[in-house]
Amino acid sequence: MALQDICNFQSVFEDSLTTEYPAVPHGKKIASNYVSGLPFSNNKSLFHFYIPVAEYLDESPIQFGQISTVQNCSADSSEDPFLTSSTLPTCLPFASSQSVPLPFPMAHGTTTLAFMFQGGVLAAADTRSSCSGLVACPASQKILPIHSHLVGLTSGTSADCALWKRILARELRLYQLRHGRRLSTSGAAKLLSHMLHPFKGTELCVAATLCGWDGGETGPGSRGETTKNQMTDLFYVCSDGTRLRGMLFSVGSGSPYAYSILDQGVHWGLTVDEAKSIAREAVYRATYRDAYSGNCVDMYHITSKGWTRRNREDLKEEYYREKERRKHEKTERRDVTFSD
Amino acid sequence: MEYLIGIQGPDFVLVAADNVAASSIIQMKHDYDKMFKLSEKILLLCVGEAGDTVQFAEYIQKNVQLYKMRNGYELSPAAAANFTRKNLADYLRSRTPYHVNLLLAGYDDTDGPGLYYMDYLSSLAKAPFAAHGYGAYLTLSILDRYYRPDLSRDEAVDLLKKCGEELNKRFILNLPSFTVRLIDKEGIHDLEKLTLGTK
Repeated sequence: MALQDICNFQSVFEDSLTTEYPAVPHGKKIASNYVSGLPFSNNKSLFHFYIPVAEYLDESPIQFGQISTVQNCSADSSEDPFLTSSTLPTCLPFASSQSVPLPFPMAHGTTTLAFMFQGGVLAAADTRSSCSGLVACPASQKILPIHSHLVGLTSGTSADCALWKRILARELRLYQLRHGRRLSTSGAAKLLSHMLHPFKGTELCVAATLCGWDGGETGPGSRGETTKNQMTDLFYVCSDGTRLRGMLFSVGSGSPYAYSILDQGVHWGLTVDEAKSIAREAVYRATYRDAYSGNCVDMYHITSKGWTRRNREDLKEEYYREKERRKHEKTERRDVTFSD
Repeated sequence: MEYLIGIQGPDFVLVAADNVAASSIIQMKHDYDKMFKLSEKILLLCVGEAGDTVQFAEYIQKNVQLYKMRNGYELSPAAAANFTRKNLADYLRSRTPYHVNLLLAGYDDTDGPGLYYMDYLSSLAKAPFAAHGYGAYLTLSILDRYYRPDLSRDEAVDLLKKCGEELNKRFILNLPSFTVRLIDKEGIHDLEKLTLGTK
């Protein structure tokens, strides 16, 4: 076959018995350098090998581990067909503007939700961090408190979200020190939106929901919408520039599933327990259907006294309980039909 | 996805915008206001790419207000429209062009009402009626057919309702409600929201 001829596949096998293992690799900058110490290679056929090799060690440190686009690779290593096919993933998430290649394919799977009701603001999120099809961390924290009365939910790239939350927290604290009063949630959302604006069009992906309680000390703010005399506020800020104020937001790959549950049950007059239960139900249903959401659910409740955190709950238990319930219902129905 | 419409009468301008703030397939907000008040008698309606709309519109808004603070009098609608267009044109061939489509509606005490159509390629046209968005394809011919330069306010609102009903009937996306505002020599008036139920 053509491929085998190019890399002298057969000749490599024939020579394998007489291979020596050189102590020091050659100083030449070709990809086959490091293979010379491995079996099935010989000094004569420097360009031919079929073991996925650490080619990255030959590249400059800046490009370490980075994936370049498929077109570039096929142009470069025309003499190493095996290398190109074995080391690089076949399907890369194609980025629209890639000035710097991504270190690894990122995924933005999550379910976060927050809504306002008479008892304050309730925020809930799952705890799964996924990365190109596998669960990188089953116990990550997507709800990050920014200060005693402001909580942020993160969706998007976990690293970007963690960094920008810290930057926002720092800027809010600086504002408080300089001006003697806390910045309102609306102001914090505006600040975050303006800080993210220069990165529009890059790979940065932060979709944050800010839930806060604005105390009397924050001073007169623009409260155009009636929030029924309550000081809570809820903002959705996205790295593409969106900034929306609302009563109910859900963000992430699991958000459509969560929206459908929340739209049925959320209204202003909910009690705190009802709100917690519907938030939990929405996250549970989203994790059930969405592959990129799962594991546990975190819940934070923000009131005038600050935020309170409910213990992390593993949704696996809920899944098994539901399964038991369904089984029980099925046997009940069967008994009913038999008795007719 | 988004829809803007403006109709100029003999002594007023009627404008309307839909209320949906969407993110891919989800409606994140049902009561989003796409109109920005530049001055007492000028409104800027802005649709387009997610962050660009608010950033650009607020930039224009603050600059128009700055002009008033510095010079003691407000920019006329024609001047504001040209200022907006100039900014769009300046950014068009930069690394960060603004992808926004605009309608600027205003009332000038000397020139009367004016409606200016601008798009993301920084074109500017003063028009008696205009619309932006996919909905424009469905409603411009209605405007062509029924528009007269001497429309009364009620007739203009009826014309707007006709457009809304056509969208409700034929447009693939659900645009349940529209914010409606009217500008005349007294200033900007909020009219009743135009809500269209299921057909």
